[in-house]
Amino acid sequence: MSTLSPTRLTPTPGQTVGPFYGYALPFAKDSELLAPGSPGSIRLQGTVYDGAGNPVPDAILEIWQPDAEGNIVQRTGSLVRDGYTFTGWGRGAVGNTGIFTFTTVNPGPTSEGAAPFISVAVFARGLMNRLFTRIYLPENEEALAKDPLLSSLPEERRKTLIARRDPDGGLTWDVRLQGTDETVFLDFQGSSTETGAYR
Amino acid sequence: MTIDAHGTHRAEGAAEAKTAGQDTDELVPAAEAHAAHVLDAAAESQADISAEIAAIGEAYRRELKDGAAPETQPRLDFAPYRSSLLRHPTKSLHHADPETIELYSPAFGHQDVHALEADLTIQHNGEPLGERIIVAGKVLDGDGRPVAGQLVEIWQANAAGRYVHKRDQHPAPLDPNFTGVGRCITGPDGSYRFTTIKPGAYPWKNHLNAWRPAHIHFSMFGTDFTQRIVTQMYFPGDQLFPLDPIYQSIVDQDARDRLVASYDHDLTEPEWALGYRWDIILTGSKRTWTENEAFGDAGDDEE
Repeated sequence: MSTLSPTRLTPTPGQTVGPFYGYALPFAKDSELLAPGSPGSIRLQGTVYDGAGNPVPDAILEIWQPDAEGNIVQRTGSLVRDGYTFTGWGRGAVGNTGIFTFTTVNPGPTSEGAAPFISVAVFARGLMNRLFTRIYLPENEEALAKDPLLSSLPEERRKTLIARRDPDGGLTWDVRLQGTDETVFLDFQGSSTETGAYR
Repeated sequence: MTIDAHGTHRAEGAAEAKTAGQDTDELVPAAEAHAAHVLDAAAESQADISAEIAAIGEAYRRELKDGAAPETQPRLDFAPYRSSLLRHPTKSLHHADPETIELYSPAFGHQDVHALEADLTIQHNGEPLGERIIVAGKVLDGDGRPVAGQLVEIWQANAAGRYVHKRDQHPAPLDPNFTGVGRCITGPDGSYRFTTIKPGAYPWKNHLNAWRPAHIHFSMFGTDFTQRIVTQMYFPGDQLFPLDPIYQSIVDQDARDRLVASYDHDLTEPEWALGYRWDIILTGSKRTWTENEAFGDAGDDEE
């Protein structure tokens, strides 16, 4: 999108989600975009690691994705799931070992030939502001090669955004907040004021 | 507290914490920390942390003077908050143009949130203890457009500074009539409104005698997923502001001020509750807008 309107108001700063979100943000079936085991459902799992390679036990992730056909869904009901309506959004806190699990579908391509991906927001105690990233499906290498974001990254960084396909059809994708294999995190604002804050 | 005694260990203590940030875990029960104060010579004092905060602030003000653009967000790399040491990216965030799904946000509606969830004082059988307050304002995008029909979530400590969270072991009383979690859906004008109790300040384990200023955690969605924000709202005039490494991780004073609500006597209700007003500005929407979208389609069951 190139039709950016100039931002007139200065955005409110973010702050860390802190340690005590656990009784507030999670809700029943928050990470189950579909009922586990239902047709087409897959498990999306991974571990959040810190810069020392240790699992982060107090992180919470959100995913937001198109349905299996590549449609962007605009249906309410994420917080009170009826078991049938796919809303495209879910929230999953990690457990004590830093592992998160979602039940969802493989996102479809939003246009012919596009590489399907899941949008992710990462929150954690000790993380000053949310981080955005993407999870790409590992198949369709042609589409991945043409993807504007992936093709702008060097190979060793690009791979941090591509999930592994598990034998059971699920996806595994880890978050590394810091270090050699640090996940690529995204800045959508592109202004010097915003990027300046992240050094 | 023995600042002088710590002073001699200051450099060493700071270096240790930078390589072993895991050790300063704010989840460790504060009650134990209290007993450990006297014994733990390596633990850093407020003076240590304040000195670091001051040095970062001075460096930032020099950059501003040299023509740098003001910062609007917290530093991800802010060492005075020890838990951030191993949890911030060291590579620059990668600039990306938001695409497809990122230009939309999940839809929430009155199906998701009951109207009573906006009143945190009626969730139990009795009245919670503390100072009853109303917190209200608007969620706007960077162009000043109201963000209508979107989810706002809040969570907070009770009046004594205690969270209903199993890991909060601060020996302050729990309030059987207060949980401290609320939700609402913004109105057509982007407005939200909560009735709650003014939260207390509470101690944490970042350093010796560390106290968080009273705050309410806020979580908001915009019209684009790229506008997603989790932040904290503070109360005006808090004496703990200069001492708090989380608040001070936003190095720009104007930016920090954007997290502080204003007391609003017009919002105050007689014989009932004090009013605080706080507006939230999200980043600019990158989507091409239509008039309908600007006013939201949240009316899945408009009252």
